[in-house]
Amino acid sequence: MTKQSYPTQWRRPPQIIQAKHWRYLVTFGVLLYLIMAIGTVEVNWGRVVEGVERGQRFIAGFLQPDFTTRWRDISRGLIESLTMTFTSTVVGVLISIPIGVGAARNLAPRWVYYVCRSVIAVSRSLQEIIVAIFFVALFGFGAFAGFLTLTFATIGFIGKLLAEDIEDIDEAQAEAVRATGASWLQLINYAVQPQVMPRLIGLSLYRLDINFRESAVIGIVGAGGIGATLNTSLSRYEYDSSGAILIIIIAIVMMTEYSSSHLRRWVK
Amino acid sequence: MLTVDKLNKTYKTGDKALTDVSFTVPKGQVVGLIGPSGAGKSTLIRCINRLVEPTSGSVRLNDTEISRLSVGELRRARRRIGMIFQEYALVERLTVMENVLSGRLGYVPFWRSFLRKFPGDDIAKAYRLLDRVGLMAHADKRADALSGGQRQRVGIARALEQDPELMLIDEPTASLDPKTSRQIMRLLVEICAESSLPAIINIHDVVLAQQFTDRIIGLQAGQVVFDGSPNELTEAVLTQIYGEEDWTAMRRGAAEDAEAEAEAHRETEKLMSAL
Repeated sequence: MTKQSYPTQWRRPPQIIQAKHWRYLVTFGVLLYLIMAIGTVEVNWGRVVEGVERGQRFIAGFLQPDFTTRWRDISRGLIESLTMTFTSTVVGVLISIPIGVGAARNLAPRWVYYVCRSVIAVSRSLQEIIVAIFFVALFGFGAFAGFLTLTFATIGFIGKLLAEDIEDIDEAQAEAVRATGASWLQLINYAVQPQVMPRLIGLSLYRLDINFRESAVIGIVGAGGIGATLNTSLSRYEYDSSGAILIIIIAIVMMTEYSSSHLRRWVK
Repeated sequence: MLTVDKLNKTYKTGDKALTDVSFTVPKGQVVGLIGPSGAGKSTLIRCINRLVEPTSGSVRLNDTEISRLSVGELRRARRRIGMIFQEYALVERLTVMENVLSGRLGYVPFWRSFLRKFPGDDIAKAYRLLDRVGLMAHADKRADALSGGQRQRVGIARALEQDPELMLIDEPTASLDPKTSRQIMRLLVEICAESSLPAIINIHDVVLAQQFTDRIIGLQAGQVVFDGSPNELTEAVLTQIYGEEDWTAMRRGAAEDAEAEAEAHRETEKLMSAL
């Protein structure tokens, strides 16, 4: 029997670009562009110093938050934000259910599928702030614009994820229900709904806390809520009030995140 | 009575799943449909209730020409055809009772099924069937809390809840252990005998098929290559259906299974009487 010698060395073959020279060229090109791009960012050191100074004042305010002076504004903003969050989530989820069902390839006829998918695509491609600016321009400053913005964003979010979940259902269960002579609505109610319900509840709760966070952001462009209060305090240089608002936002977000993840585990 | 005449099915991909399949199943007869994987067994039983649309040919159940029904008429025809599935296909997050009652979906309006307000007769029937398959105590459990054998019993109850005139049974024992398989087959055969239901059982376990069915149809590459009584299923026929294999060894294995089951049964009885 001849003794065969096997190699004692092994190198992982390149996975993405096979050709050696292309690999070097691409790496070099990316690095060169990065260096040149950083070179074009003009840094005004005077303004950086000023910014750091303001940052220090800001941190100072954050460390000594003032909840009392502007409490009326803060509480009004908070209530507005929470109302906006809750109503827009509920309305958004209610609208996104039929859209999600329509956007599921395994349930909807072709044309319905395309219509629903395009609604979702439009909703998802527009960032909340842009939508908020648009609605503020249409309906003026305030919570109504915020409510519409968040509802609009919720439709795309829930609609897409719900549709994907419906497309992933166990077809055998649906087939069994279809075989009993069930109508389309009965099929949705008996075969699809039980399978996607835990996920729908989970997504709705998740969207509830996203909506609260977003309500703080869109307030800055005039769509009401705690964001508007935050914006006002910042422009008045009342950093202690701003600090208080930020702390409240963080606390609420942490609370909703904790409770929503807990609830999600519970509905499994 | 079910009459299948010159049934053909060609899939969009060009695969010819069934070629000129014809047979008649009289009232009360349990037919075992055997054949290798990919022979078209599943396609054939799904063409009967049109979960898969046949390309040509006719399927007639009693006086209804199923292959020519409109969507609404097909729903009404489907509710008279009970179907039992390989992986049970219960809706796992619904309760056992809801799964059984879903056999009535073709009979009740949407609002009743949505509010779970089924007519009293349907509920009584569901309880009677659950009692029949020995799951009375599990009615309010979620389907995914049951074992494989129990789930298949729920599947049987769901099919019977439809008041079927025909049973289509797709690999009822594929996910079950040998002992549970025999119990399920026995239950199926008993139930079909009780209401003299015709049934087509698609099954890959030849020995189980021979033991429990009245007639066997062998399918090979979408064509009927054998149609006769279980005793006529000789080694030569099996080789024709499945290809060369040691059939006696397989039979011996199955005989051992049956023997082991009987043995276990005797042991249990001894244990029970000792107590």
